[in-house]
Amino acid sequence: MEMPRPDPAILARKARVAQRLREVLPPDAVIDDDSETRVYECDALTAYKCPPMLAVLPGSTQEVSDVLRICHEEGVPVVPRGSGTSLAGGALPTADSVILGVARMNDVLEVDYENRFIRVQSGRTNLSVTGAVEEEGFFYAPDPSSQLACAIAGNIAMNSGGAHCLKYGVTTNNLLGVTMVLMDGTVVEIGGAHLDAGGLDLLGVICGSEGQLGVVTEATLRILHKPEGARPVLMGFDSNEVAGACVSDIIKAGVLPVAIEFMDRPCIEATEAFAHAGYPMCEALLIVEVEGSEAEIDFQLAKIKEIARRHDPVELREAADEDEAARIWLGRKSAFGAMGQINDYMCLDGTIPVTALPQVLRRIGEMSKKFGLEVANVFHAGDGNMHPLILFDANKPGDLETCEAFGAEILKLCVEVGGCLTGEHGVGVEKRELMLHQYSREDLEAQMAVKDVFDPAWLLNPAKVFPLSLTEERRAMAVAAE
Amino acid sequence: MKIMTPATEAELAELVAGAYGPLAPRGGNTRGVPVVGDILSVAGLRGVELYEPGALTLVVKAGTPLAEVEQLLAGENQRLAFEPMDLRGLLGTKGEPTIGGVFAANVSGPRRVQAGAARDFLLGVRYVDGGGRVIRNGGRVMKNVTGYDLVKLMAGSWGTLGVLSEVSLKVLPRAETQATVRLHGVDVKVAVKAMAAALGSPFEVTGAAHDPAAAEGPVVMVRIEGFEASVAYRCARLTEVLRIFGDVSVLDDPDASAVIWRDIRDVAAFHGKPGDVWRLSVKPSEAPEIAERLQADALLFDWGGGLIWARVPEGTNLRARAGAFDGHATIIRASVDTCSRLGMFQPEPATVAALSRGLRAKFDPRGIFNPGLMDAPVEA
Ligand SMILES: Cc1cc2nc3c(=O)[nH]c(=O)nc-3n(C[C@H](O)[C@H](O)[C@H](O)COP(=O)(O)OP(=O)(O)OC[C@H]3O[C@@H](n4cnc5c(N)ncnc54)[C@H](O)[C@@H]3O)c2cc1C
Repeated sequence: MEMPRPDPAILARKARVAQRLREVLPPDAVIDDDSETRVYECDALTAYKCPPMLAVLPGSTQEVSDVLRICHEEGVPVVPRGSGTSLAGGALPTADSVILGVARMNDVLEVDYENRFIRVQSGRTNLSVTGAVEEEGFFYAPDPSSQLACAIAGNIAMNSGGAHCLKYGVTTNNLLGVTMVLMDGTVVEIGGAHLDAGGLDLLGVICGSEGQLGVVTEATLRILHKPEGARPVLMGFDSNEVAGACVSDIIKAGVLPVAIEFMDRPCIEATEAFAHAGYPMCEALLIVEVEGSEAEIDFQLAKIKEIARRHDPVELREAADEDEAARIWLGRKSAFGAMGQINDYMCLDGTIPVTALPQVLRRIGEMSKKFGLEVANVFHAGDGNMHPLILFDANKPGDLETCEAFGAEILKLCVEVGGCLTGEHGVGVEKRELMLHQYSREDLEAQMAVKDVFDPAWLLNPAKVFPLSLTEERRAMAVAAE
Repeated sequence: MKIMTPATEAELAELVAGAYGPLAPRGGNTRGVPVVGDILSVAGLRGVELYEPGALTLVVKAGTPLAEVEQLLAGENQRLAFEPMDLRGLLGTKGEPTIGGVFAANVSGPRRVQAGAARDFLLGVRYVDGGGRVIRNGGRVMKNVTGYDLVKLMAGSWGTLGVLSEVSLKVLPRAETQATVRLHGVDVKVAVKAMAAALGSPFEVTGAAHDPAAAEGPVVMVRIEGFEASVAYRCARLTEVLRIFGDVSVLDDPDASAVIWRDIRDVAAFHGKPGDVWRLSVKPSEAPEIAERLQADALLFDWGGGLIWARVPEGTNLRARAGAFDGHATIIRASVDTCSRLGMFQPEPATVAALSRGLRAKFDPRGIFNPGLMDAPVEA
């Protein structure tokens, strides 16, 4: 994968830039020692690494503004960073960039149960947002599997999802407002405790803009009261087609589960060997979870089981108590860990129309033979968000490249059947060059025009999201303007 | 004033590219937006491209009548969960609301508090920008973070960024039944507290409104939807929640309940009454104080107090009365003169306004789409 060559003129100014940043930040908030900047050399897409020129850890919106103003004046690219769990290389630095980490900004600023929102600094981790309100019975709905580590900042930048988004939506549906600093240091307030935008929906385009429009320092998030209870049911089928049809029928019947998770045979086998969750050995497995009071849960599960029975399940198991519920989820939750035991893996997240599921799984199976790499599928079936895990061996020369080529084929297939390249992980550097498979040049021009407005100098996270060849002129402008 | 009605997206693009004066993109022209220049109607672009009930997705051309969409969905026991209002009764307009217009204005009804706004259900768009280019963004799948989300930006842009030609959206199952729990005889302050208690409960309230001037006296209405047994259960639980605030009654006739919520959605209480109509989006707990400052002739509270409908004498500068608050005030019904004097939309802080202006200049460089509609007014 290609990254823009570092600008020697910027590298030559390193000492001066560091000095200027020290004037506005506490001494320990500017990191320029090569051994320490290495901490920021990559995110969770560890195949690509590059230490930044400098890293800064501001503690307030004002400090973020000062940092950006200085970097703007110095013409230095800035890469915002939350917790560095991006799977798309969204927080990958270039050698001439400053990493701006918001990890020190993790305070709760306001909790308002009456109006059902919480305002936090953006470095706060996803899980600790819920942690701040759960005593009163509330929670923050979007729950990426990485929720223990990932920051709200990254969630907003990637518009992250979670297992329960079939019912509760993704980040953008639960975000009410942000404080954001533009590249020139201007602080803007967008949205707040009220609903919807009074003018253009800027919040809507900021969410999911992968740190390219501004640095988010504070966020107002919608919180909800927890449901009275939740219970999963597990069902096994002897083909992907049948499992897919069952998902479709459940949705059509008017029951809206909070989650419908799908696992295929390779995935079931691997997780069973690893976690011993007691899953049946079959072609496809569904975990369906519903919420409500005991009686409501009984009623919905009865309906769901009745639909499942029409599809001749090889297994149909309802959790009788908390313990069994935990066992049902155990395998699903350890799927990634199980794969990691077997080999290195690459996790894709293309989305497809649910109806295309059987066809896509069949084609992925064929590709797996062609490329000679194993693949296992875990899947948010309710919303079509796939997570094919391609297994490879990082120590074997050429394996990573084969894996990437295989991954690209799968993503192109997702687009071909009416889906998209990424459902929740973002484009980052990983899928940047594939963007022209989903969008035309003009479609991408329209998106880049938004960045032109927010960051005319193209200094914020400039080498991400769009194919490098399309952004070359804009990035060159930034260099020329120095 | 000309009215142009292209029959295809390509024709639409050609008309825009060849335009030399201002254009007023319109669907059914039911939303009372002042017209500047020629009317560019998308009513000729209609029809369903794809409907997959099992995937909860619908792709439809922008000029398709809303009624047609709703009928199609009802046939599969599904619906538009964001509950778009019908403005014709309030505005006295005649046209046929279109699905494109619903999204261009981001119109959401009482269920907004629970299900989300129109923009939350919009999965993808095709539109013609100010240069006459056809642009595609988003898609037809529920989860999509591929590139920037221009879909949200187009929703609620009132035709100032581009002309929508096709939309794809997420639909939801229709609830089996519904009921309304009512709390009687409370003032606005108590009403807002009671609605907060209902919305902050685990019982999935899908509407919380307060009519201070109902025929039977001030009333808070809380809607519950779902399967029959579940609705009955939650009605009982919500009755307990609300009882501490006053007298409670349950309306369990689903048809009567549906009429109540249609009337709230369409602000039926204001139909045929004189004066201007404004819509304020506020922090719910601040609603009582703001409402008091408005000195309105009539008020209706939806979204647990987060949405205030106000009827005031013609020409009133309601923003001046409201003073500073967290939120915004939009003119829904007023003379062209009042609209241009005060601006339909809340003036934005300078930093935000600069971004909005910048975006409009990029999407519509010649400034031909509804010029001035969303810009800062003469008298704020
Ligand atoms: C094991 C594992 C499981 C995961 N599961 C899920 C899942 O279920 N669902 C899901 O959606 N994702 C998942 N992810 C991906 C990842 O956790 C999310 O993308 C997450 O939101 C990233 O948050 P972060 O704080 O780590 O951001 P980072 O990785 O630090 O950054 C991500 C992006 O955000 C930008 N950014 C960071 N801070 C700011 C800021 N203050 N202002 C503006 N932009 C900023 C960065 O520049 C970068 O582009 C998973 C990752 C891992 C490793």
